[in-house]
Amino acid sequence: MKHEIIIAGFGGQGVLSMGMTLAYAGMVEGKEVSWMPSYGPEMRGGTANCTVIISDAIISSPIINSYDMAVILNQPSMEKFEDSVKENGHLLFEANNIMVKPTRQNVTIHEIPAMIESVKLENKKIMNMIMLGSILAVRPIVTIKSVLEALKKVLPDRHHHLIPINESALKRGMELVGELTTA
Amino acid sequence: MNTKVLMKGNEALAEAAIRAGLKGYFGYPITPQSELLEYISRELPKRGGSFIQAESEIAAINMVYGGAGTGERVMTSTSSPGYSLMQECISYIACAELPCLLVNVVRGGPGLGTIQPSQGDYFQAVKGGGHGDYRVIVLAPNSVQEMADFTYLGMDLADQYRNPVLILADGALGQMMEPVIFPDYNPEDHKVDHSAWATRGKPNDRDHNVITTLHLVSEKMEEVNLTLQEKYRTIVQNEVRYETIEVDDADFIIVAFGLTSRVAHKSVELARAEGLKVGLLRPQTLFPFPTNILSELADRVRGMLVVEMNAGQMVEDVRLAVNGKIPVSFHGRMGGIIPQPEEILDRIKLVYNVNEMETA
Repeated sequence: MKHEIIIAGFGGQGVLSMGMTLAYAGMVEGKEVSWMPSYGPEMRGGTANCTVIISDAIISSPIINSYDMAVILNQPSMEKFEDSVKENGHLLFEANNIMVKPTRQNVTIHEIPAMIESVKLENKKIMNMIMLGSILAVRPIVTIKSVLEALKKVLPDRHHHLIPINESALKRGMELVGELTTA
Repeated sequence: MNTKVLMKGNEALAEAAIRAGLKGYFGYPITPQSELLEYISRELPKRGGSFIQAESEIAAINMVYGGAGTGERVMTSTSSPGYSLMQECISYIACAELPCLLVNVVRGGPGLGTIQPSQGDYFQAVKGGGHGDYRVIVLAPNSVQEMADFTYLGMDLADQYRNPVLILADGALGQMMEPVIFPDYNPEDHKVDHSAWATRGKPNDRDHNVITTLHLVSEKMEEVNLTLQEKYRTIVQNEVRYETIEVDDADFIIVAFGLTSRVAHKSVELARAEGLKVGLLRPQTLFPFPTNILSELADRVRGMLVVEMNAGQMVEDVRLAVNGKIPVSFHGRMGGIIPQPEEILDRIKLVYNVNEMETA
């Protein structure tokens, strides 16, 4: 099984750390992983993205141009990556940050109100973890338990007290997908 | 306990260098290599070494020259324009036969260029770059794990041959994260006795050790050159390293190094899925170059395709090795663009059945 994911948005939305946490969780589960960030001029203009590959087998190329899943947190990234989701793949986007909605017919589209939910949880910084929860509800790439273990390694000790709020965010993100599907 | 950690290539290289017993790092920041310098500036002083941020790459490499003269493990790291600035002094270090580790996390050139990944510095890395007949051992990792592994190897080879060793990476290898395991490595077990030549203070029972590259008498200078060439022949004989993927039944071979070999590996998978018997040869050392295996493969495959992130540099060495026996084609991207697996596959299909020699 192999998951090829692009996560894209503005700098500061937690795009790179969301991808890193996911990759780390994959590694915790003994899978092959790679995390490839954008670091070029586009990043200096404010947008950031990272490609995460999680696989049971050795990963040949860490550089890819079509994805099983795209997680989109701003409009420029939607324009850039909507067409690169594989047929029957998943396109998740953050509701509040996208003005022009995707129109693809051959992928499953998930509109996640992560920003509003992060405000309800009284911490806007955990929007990315809500999105990550939604990713895992759409495709169970890794378990929440592995993500929490990953957070312990990714976050410096002084931020470990924030793990419980991250956990609530992940769970809320998972619930959101269920609520949206049944709605 | 050797646990897996998720690290950037730049950081893994830095951590490996410290674990390999690095005593002195001298450098100047430049994208896409800066995490390496940053990591070492934070960690090395805590772990028994010295970090100096020089005023320029020229100063940094001259500090490496001085540090290497003590016989201790020293290094620098930079990216393309910075590596160009270092060439004069690398020639001096090679002539003086001093061990050191150099790292070039290549970005797109020429000129100030771009900060995106490239392999445009192959000629400079492998053919010299500085003046005179000298060689640098060149290691080309293609994963974060090899960024670490080749650092230990590079330090050992530098000590063994008293020669600069260059790790030729690229921006993507430096920036990407993959799991890495640091092996058991005790620098004490790898210590080479350099007391016969190193300049670290003169005891009473021997003459001065002198490090110089100035030999005005022609016969002496030729002797120095002959000694160097003898050493390079030994390196060519003993230190060639390469990896082969699916070559046993292959009738067509892709040759690629570094990051490009990862993409080419994917192209091999795609080609195999379509029934094309394609294999991959990946040089892990660029000097010495895996000439013999390429010559052997040329006797039993119908053609080769060299893929590089440049306008065609390593392809010249592949053609020398193949010596006209089979057609060798080239596919390259420049300016920081990484070739995609599908475009390499298209290129393979184009030349798979073509028998005439193609030029780049």
